[in-house]
Parts: sequence; structure tokens; C-alpha cells
Amino acid sequence: MVLVLALGDLHIPHRAPDLPAKFKSMLVPGKIQHIISPGNLCIKEVHDYLKSLCPDLHVTRGEYDEDLRYPESEQLKIGEFKLGICHGHQVIPWGDLDSLAMLQRQLDVDILITGHTHQFKAYKHEGGVIINPGSATGAYSSISYDINPSFVLMDIDGLRVVVYVYELIDGEVKVDKIDFKKPQTAA
Amino acid sequence: MLSELRTSKLSPQKYYELYMRTFDELRKLEIFFKDETKRGRTNADLYELVQHAGNILPRLYLLCTVASVYIKSKEAPAKDILKDLVEMSRGVQHPVRGLFLRSYLSQISRDKLPDIGSEYEGEGGTVMDAVEFVLQNFTEMNKLWVRMQHQGPAREKERREKERRELRDLVGKNLHVLSQLEGVDLDMYKDVVLPRVLEQVVNCKDEIAQYYLMDCIIQVFPDDYHLQTLETLLGACPQLQPTVDVKTVMSQLMERLSNYAASSSEVLPDLLHVEAFAKLSSAVVKVIEAQPDMPLVGAVSLHVALLTFTLRVHVDRLDYVDQVLGACVKKLEGKGKVKDSKATKQIVALLSAPLEKYNDVVTVLRLTNYSKVMEHLDYETNKVMAVVIIQSIMKNNTSISSSEKVDALFELLKELIKDSEGAPSMDEIDEDDFMEEQNLVARLVHMLVNKDHEEMFKILTTARKHFGQGGPKRLKFTLPPLIFAALKLVRCLQGHDAGDEALVSPKKIFQFLHQTVEALSTVPAPELALRLYLQCAEAASDCSLEPVAYEFFTQAFLLYEEEIADSRAQVTAMQLIIGTLQRTYVFGVENRDTLTHKATGYSAKLLKKPDQCRAVYACSHLFWLEEDGGTQDGERVLLCLKRALRIANAAQQMSSVTRGSSGPLTLFVEILNKYLYYFEKGIPQVTSNLIQGLLELIGTELQSENTAQDRAVDAFFASTRRYIQFQKQKGDDLAERYSSIQVVSPP
Repeated sequence: MVLVLALGDLHIPHRAPDLPAKFKSMLVPGKIQHIISPGNLCIKEVHDYLKSLCPDLHVTRGEYDEDLRYPESEQLKIGEFKLGICHGHQVIPWGDLDSLAMLQRQLDVDILITGHTHQFKAYKHEGGVIINPGSATGAYSSISYDINPSFVLMDIDGLRVVVYVYELIDGEVKVDKIDFKKPQTAA
Repeated sequence: MLSELRTSKLSPQKYYELYMRTFDELRKLEIFFKDETKRGRTNADLYELVQHAGNILPRLYLLCTVASVYIKSKEAPAKDILKDLVEMSRGVQHPVRGLFLRSYLSQISRDKLPDIGSEYEGEGGTVMDAVEFVLQNFTEMNKLWVRMQHQGPAREKERREKERRELRDLVGKNLHVLSQLEGVDLDMYKDVVLPRVLEQVVNCKDEIAQYYLMDCIIQVFPDDYHLQTLETLLGACPQLQPTVDVKTVMSQLMERLSNYAASSSEVLPDLLHVEAFAKLSSAVVKVIEAQPDMPLVGAVSLHVALLTFTLRVHVDRLDYVDQVLGACVKKLEGKGKVKDSKATKQIVALLSAPLEKYNDVVTVLRLTNYSKVMEHLDYETNKVMAVVIIQSIMKNNTSISSSEKVDALFELLKELIKDSEGAPSMDEIDEDDFMEEQNLVARLVHMLVNKDHEEMFKILTTARKHFGQGGPKRLKFTLPPLIFAALKLVRCLQGHDAGDEALVSPKKIFQFLHQTVEALSTVPAPELALRLYLQCAEAASDCSLEPVAYEFFTQAFLLYEEEIADSRAQVTAMQLIIGTLQRTYVFGVENRDTLTHKATGYSAKLLKKPDQCRAVYACSHLFWLEEDGGTQDGERVLLCLKRALRIANAAQQMSSVTRGSSGPLTLFVEILNKYLYYFEKGIPQVTSNLIQGLLELIGTELQSENTAQDRAVDAFFASTRRYIQFQKQKGDDLAERYSSIQVVSPP
């Protein structure tokens, strides 16, 4: 059982002062094995905070990120799953699932974590799963209206991943879960 | 044994040990005396007899011991005997010996005072006599105690003072006794006890005695007595020696009174009735005036103590709190920035107390003197205080909901927001610290909110005005959050047509936005400005304001042309421009054409061929807008894709020439995927033939000897082919169209 936290588009401090208090109290160091962020943190303080929750932190570059050294995309393997990360402003049209599927084929990954639209999405298609954890702070986006803060926690166990999505709706944290199974690769 | 007590050689500690032993022995003697009286000797006789003792000190000890039995027997009035004793004790003028003797007197007389309700009342005297006795003993003891200070050479002063401190409780005990007397009610205390005690305290002019005794009075007598005699008690304070730590004395008193007020709700009206606050604050002023040499830290600490009292007892009286701050301001007048670190610490304490008490910066903003006190902090401390204020707002989620409050708040935070005269130059400031501070100010912007749209706009313009004075280094931190707040406001107003006369409308906000983003581009922060122009453009498009949106796009393009030279930055900038343009529906044909033409033109001119290729095929989406009313021009889409293909070819050839092998075919696979995308949308110009052709081209190239092996491309191509197979098998309309496409598996 490997816990992977996926959260992005915090846009601190331009669009939000901080993570919602209810989220902060849930995110405790030592419980999570990996953190993946598609980007737009945007400042070093946020990076350091995430690093304090878990030293294995992977961040890709969002267009407002202060640190220019984050990569445009990244691939990593966790358990049986190949994961890919990319912020998504590079994929036009923004938020278009078919175009994101193309990126997924290109990166050759089972799960693609992406952002930019600030809208939570978990989309299963022929090539795998696309997950957008939304904006962890509910930051303003020109693309989406009325955004609730959200983030995703993935529990990877063998060929199965359970995706828990946490959303802050009217001051309460609501959790939903989605199951994905990776087909056994033919020999 | 008693003669041993005559020694001068013992230190007070040692003398005390000797005294205790003697005391025990004297108790036995007392019992003996009692037995003697039973055997026929009268107390008067004994009393007479012991006076024949050779030396005065033993004589007096014996006398006191006999007196104890005498008083108990009631053969003579208690008051007479006590008076006699207290007078005769004057015979011992040596400080240590005298103090212990009188202490003995006090100890044995304790239970024999003619207090109200005691068995010795009436014949034996009244409580007045008891009070008189104790007061006299006290006065004499204090005199002896003070005299110790001046005995002996100057170089031993420290040792003497230490010894005095060891003996102080002997003197203080008398006050205890007074407080225990039943008959000492408020009136007696007010009219007799307190004035006499204070008289002795002030007149003895001794620093150690004054400090100890003031403290003793405050601790020993009940709080409601203090409340009723506040003026008298406080009146003594300015008369004390300048070296006495009067602020601690007064703080003790104020603390006691605040605890008293907290203990029960009925007390508060008393406090108000007695005008405790007024008396205390004028006492503070008087003390400070009486001691012109008092160091600044002392004066400020007094105000801190008074403020603590006020916040505890009169927490809702902001006017009182403001008054205390005002008094401190007066004291600080003319002193400029305070340099003494201890005084600075006290000023910080003064400023932090209301923050912590109210947990609401908005309340603190109503204290008109607050900012004036802050002025006196040196630059660094002022900034620290400003940070504390912001942190308080963030922690308590305080909203700053009007432009006036913003003005007041930013006045307090001015050292963070702009460069003042006394500030060090930019070179001296630590870069990281500066960034942290400014990011904190940025976060603060999100707390400036009001649901009323007009007020919200006022807040934004006020904040903008302040930030505008912050100099170029600050703008890139402080302006973006304002811009996003403004964009949020635009969204609230969207759809409501308030008309041109309204104080706030999307148009007005876009004007504000335009000026604000413009300020950023001159910082210079062109990349940030470009992003923000695009945000504004999209927002304007959502509001159906075509000219405004066009203007924003123009500014973005201008920045691209003139300010963004770095090739990586250009790639991202193009992605953002194309991405935004693809989502805007507001433009008419002409405007749209101009903008898309520019976009495709710049895309083709990016430095690296792969970047060019990708940007150009991204542009294809500009000609196929999904939503109703959007352009759908299949010809132009295909043109873009073909152009991208040509660029990919050129890239391949370049790579082949320079590196001896054709470059990665990934671009071809990407373009293939784009073909599939449009094929599925049903664009007639993207035919299955075209796709077939590209499939075969890629397949051939991959197998060619010139091509370097690239796992990534292989995998990409494989997954693309898998995708096509999948679509073919779905059995729907799409599958129909896919049927003519053959997927060739590699050998």
C-alpha cells in the first residue's frame, strides 16, 4: 500500500493566501510516500512545506511557478504503475481530454497527473487514466468558474489504484473514491 | 542565654537562630512564671522583679515574657501593659537587636490585642489601642531597619543591604497583624492605618524599605480596601525615592485589581464608580513627572502595566485603551526612533497587548494612537511589528472590509509597503527576507474583501494607490494578487448590466486592470505582465467586451515582440497566447483573423524547429472552436497541420545533416495524433488517406537504417496504433470511418 498525494494549482500568494485550514490539518508528515504536483505552487515556501510532508516530491513547471528549474514533464514508476506529470498549459486546447490522452500516449504512462484547469477530473480512456486533482486552494481560474478546493490521494496496491478525491464544499470536506485496475500486461 | 542576645558579632541569619532557641527557652520560662503566680506571686510583682536584670536587653525580654502572663491574667488592662512595653523597648537602639526584640514583642502580643470580639476588649482597651500599639511598634521597627543602611563603612554597603533584606519580614509582620485585626474595617484603614503607614514609608526616604513596604501593603490588605483608598495609595507613589522600582509596585497593584475585577462581575461597577482607571492613569503621569530622570524603559513599562490593567478590566472601553496609548505617545514625543533596545521591547509589548487581547486587527485599527506609537520603533523592529500584525490577520481570518480600514492598516504597515526615509538602501536588505515579507503582504491582499461591489472596488483602488508607492521591486509581489481580486470582482458583476453611470462596472475594472498590468510591464516584469494581460483578455471576452479583449491581446503581443527574448520563455508565452486565443469567442472575423495570423506567424518563427512544429500544430486549434458560434474552418486546420509536417521534415533533414542520423520521429507521431483528433471530429479535409500516408511514412522511417533507436518514439507510435485498433473495434460510427485505415504492425 503506497500513498501518493497529488495536488496542484495552489497559486500562493497570487490567488490564495494559503491551503484551507481543514486540508492543512489533514496533511500530516510521515503518512505519505510520494507527493506529485503538476505545478503552480508558486513560491518556495509552498515547495518547502510540501517537502516537509514528504521528502519524495515531484513538481512540474506551471506557468506561474517562481522556480524555473522544474521540468516540463516527468515520468516515474510507483509499484506496478507508470505515472506521468505535466502541468497542462502546454496542451492545447486546455483541458481537452483527447489532447491530454495524446500526451499520455507520448509519455507512455498508465496514469497522467495534470492540472491548469483547476477542475477535478478522473478520466479513464483506452490508454489509461487522466487525473486532474483540481486546485488545492480553490484559486481563481479563467477556465473554470465556482471552484471548490480539492486534492487527490492515490492508494497504489499492486495492479489496483484507489483514487480518493477530497473536496471542500461549503466548509466541509467531502471524500469520494474511484477504483482503477490496470490490466495485466500480456507477456 | 539572654545575655548572648546582646552580641553584635552575629549576622542576622545567625542571630535569628540564636533568637529561635531563646524563644523556645522563654516559652518554658513563661510557663514557670505562670506557675509562680499560682504560688502566690502577683504578676505585678514579677513585672517589678524582672526589671532588676542587669542589662537592658535581657531585662526587656524578661519583661515581655512576664507581660504575656500578666495580660492573660487580666490583672491589669492590656493596653497599659502594651504601651509600657512598646515605649520601654526604645531603650534598645541597636538595629538588629532592636528588631528582634520588637519582633518578640509582636509575637507574644499577637493573641492578646484588645481587638473587637477579643476577651481583652473593654477593660483592656479598644481596637484603637491595639492599632496604636502595632503602629508604634511598626514605626520604631522601620526606623531601626532603615538605620542599618547607614551603619558601617561604605564599602560594605552591599553586604548590609543583603542583611537588611533578610530581616525585612520582621518589619512587614506588623502590617500582617494589622490586617488580621477584626476591628480594622475600611474606615479605620482609611482614616488611621493607611495614612500613618504611608507617612512612615514616605518619610523614611529609604529605597529598600519603601519598595518592600509598598509591596507589603498591597499584598496584605484586601483589594476592596485598595479600591476605596486608591487615591491615597497612589498619591504616595510620586513621593517615593527615585530609585524605587515604582513601576513594579504599581503593576502589582494593577494586577491585583484586575484579578479582583475578574473574580466577580459585581466588582466592575465598583471600579467604575471609584474611577479606578482615571486615578491610575493620572498616577502614572504624576510618577513620571516626579521623576524626570526615569529612563524611557521605566516610563513605557508603566504604560504597559496600565494597558494590561485596562485590557483586563475595561476590555470594551477602546477609548481608555486609546488614552493609555496617547499618554505614551506624549511621553515619546520628540524622541524620534527609539534606540534603546529595552525601551523598544516595552513599546513592542505595548503594541502587542491589544493585538493579542482582541485578536482582531480591525478593532486595533480604531485606536487612533496606535500608529503614532509605532512610529517610534526603529526600522527593523517596526517591520517585525508589521509582520506580527499581518500574521494576526491571517491567523484570525480577519477581513478588512472598507477602504478606510485599508488606509489605516497600510499606514501601520508602511515600512513594508514603501521605502521610507530612514530605511536602509536596497543593497543592504537581505533578498530572501525581502521576498518573504512581500509574499506575506501579497497574502494579505486576499483578506481585503467586501461583498458589496462598490466598496470592494474602492478597496482595490485604495490598495493600488498604496502599492504604487512601493517602488519597482515590490510591484511584482503586490500587484498580481490585486489583479486577481479584481478579476474575481469582474466575475461577480458579469451579466448584471449596471449601466455607464454605475460606480463600478466590468468596464471600469478593466480600466483599472489595464493600468495595473501596465505598471508591471515597466518594472520590468514582461513575462508576468503577458500572463496577466491574457487573463484579462479572457475575462473581457467572457464579458463580451470585444474592444477591451482585443486591446489586452494587443498588449500581450507587444510584450512578446519587444520584451521576451529568451527562447524558452517564448515557447511558453506562445503556448499561453494560443491557449487563450483558442478559448475566446468574442472576436468578429476581422479581429480574429489579425490575432490568429500573428499567432501562427510567431509560432513559425520560434527558434528551435521542434518548438516551431509544436506551436504551429497547436495553432490548428484556433480554426476549430468547439462551442456554438465558433469558427470551424477545416481548410485552415489542414494548412496548419501540413505546415507543421513540413517543419518536422525540415527538422529531420537538419538533424540528418548535422548529426548523421535523422532526428527523433516523435514530431511525426504527434502530428499523426493530431490528424486522428480532427479525423474524429469529422473534418472533411482530414481524410483517411492522409492518415494512412502518415502512418506508413512513420513506419518506414522507423525501420530505416538512418534512424537512431528511440524507445520513447517506438512506445508512442505503438500506443497510437493501439489506439487506432481500439477505435476500429468499438463498433460505432467512428469505427466505421476508421475501417479504411490499416494499421501496420512492425515486424
